[in-house]
Amino acid sequence: MLGLYLHRESVIHRLPAGAKLGGLMLVTVIVLTLPGAWGALAAGLVGAAVLAAAELPAGRVLSELRAPVVMLTLLFGFQAVLAGGGWMETAIAVARFAALILLATLVTLTTRVMDMVDLFERLFGLLRPLGVNPAKMALMLALTIRFIPLLGDQVREVRMAQRARGVERNIAALFVPLLVKILTMADDLTAALEARGYDPADTGTKNGTQR
Amino acid sequence: MIELRSVTHAYGDRPVLHDLSLRLAERRIAILGGNGSGKSTLARMLNGLIVPTSGSVAVDGLDTRTDGRAVRRRVGFVFQNPDTQIVYPTVEEDLAFGLKARKLPKDEIARRVAGALERYGLDRYRHQPAHQMSGGEKQLLAIAGVLVLEPDYVIFDEPTTLLDLRNRRKVIELLRGLPQTLLVVTHDLDMVKDFDRALVLEDGRVVIDAPPVEAVPAYVERLG
Ligand SMILES: Nc1ncnc2c1ncn2[C@@H]1O[C@H](COP(=O)(O)OP(=O)(O)O)[C@@H](O)[C@H]1O
Ligand SMILES: [Mg+2]
Repeated sequence: MLGLYLHRESVIHRLPAGAKLGGLMLVTVIVLTLPGAWGALAAGLVGAAVLAAAELPAGRVLSELRAPVVMLTLLFGFQAVLAGGGWMETAIAVARFAALILLATLVTLTTRVMDMVDLFERLFGLLRPLGVNPAKMALMLALTIRFIPLLGDQVREVRMAQRARGVERNIAALFVPLLVKILTMADDLTAALEARGYDPADTGTKNGTQR
Repeated sequence: MIELRSVTHAYGDRPVLHDLSLRLAERRIAILGGNGSGKSTLARMLNGLIVPTSGSVAVDGLDTRTDGRAVRRRVGFVFQNPDTQIVYPTVEEDLAFGLKARKLPKDEIARRVAGALERYGLDRYRHQPAHQMSGGEKQLLAIAGVLVLEPDYVIFDEPTTLLDLRNRRKVIELLRGLPQTLLVVTHDLDMVKDFDRALVLEDGRVVIDAPPVEAVPAYVERLG
């Protein structure tokens, strides 16, 4: 669902990150206040329109929805069984949330992480009186998105090495080398950030530059 | 010029560099030596990522202990593993990272990023996730991410160790053309043969300090 940015020269891509995120929140509120079926329909229509306008490959985008739809179906299905709801309501509830997830996915697919980070940096800036360092928070966000696929690679690598040595499934055996890898990476990363001029003590105030 | 005066370094109570005094002024300097001989520690010392336990390191007269930030503006650093140096998911964004940390104006950042994309042959990857690039392409990106900051010196810690032959050659070509002063930690004896000077470390001491034509054969002989 956290689809990575997919570059296209579309209007949607060019919209500022704030507008897209604001729009997403607005549509979410509207969809959740509308009656179930109408909400699902509205979100679905908006989603389809944005998908077309963003010139993204529909198959690829929709495939990102597969896992969340399965989860939602299980969730609402259980609820229906336990609370005795009908299958129709369950389907509508799933459709409603799936449509919202589609919209959120479209936002992440059409917005560069850097623009998202800039936006969050400004938003976090409002929390500065509470001692929040907006630059640090924003960097953490960027790093999380960057390192999720890398972490997957590491897990695969460690598991492969273990399977090569005949260990098929052993959480502890996976955990230790993975932790070592992550700690080593974190150490190198800290040095690399510092070497590229990032200063963790920086307050994030932008002196002398205009946006 | 980078100058080390009686530099000693210990991790905890384990000494890894012993009383090094060096004046590094040549344009191309190689740092050779076995695993654990202290090469990375010395390299990180040169831009103030590590400060000496005793003694001092100065870059163009700036002490790394007191002027670390100013030193790192002059001295860029490229690590062995590109994966831990790339901060942003896509190529263009990552190139902008260090420039943003410097708080340069937006149009200046855009101009420099565009220049780097073109110069280092990364233009066609511009919007690509770094995650999908090959090891060699990632290393080129990591190097470009440092060069875009326009440092006067660049330190490389085993830049070709993880690369295949073709990518290794690409990186060597790129390094050869750079106008900066380079200090390169490497096991790649071929790469350094046209360098001006080679230092060989052994257990935290410089045991050979000579032009590569002399230093490399002497090093190989020492290995037995
Ligand atoms: N952060 C650290 N903490 C403790 N010991 C370290 C640390 N980094 C390196 N060492 C030790 O210091 C010695 C020199 O390491 P290093 O400078 O990385 O050598 P090289 O790069 O030549 O392989 C090694 O014995 C290594 O185990
Ligand atoms: Mg090393």
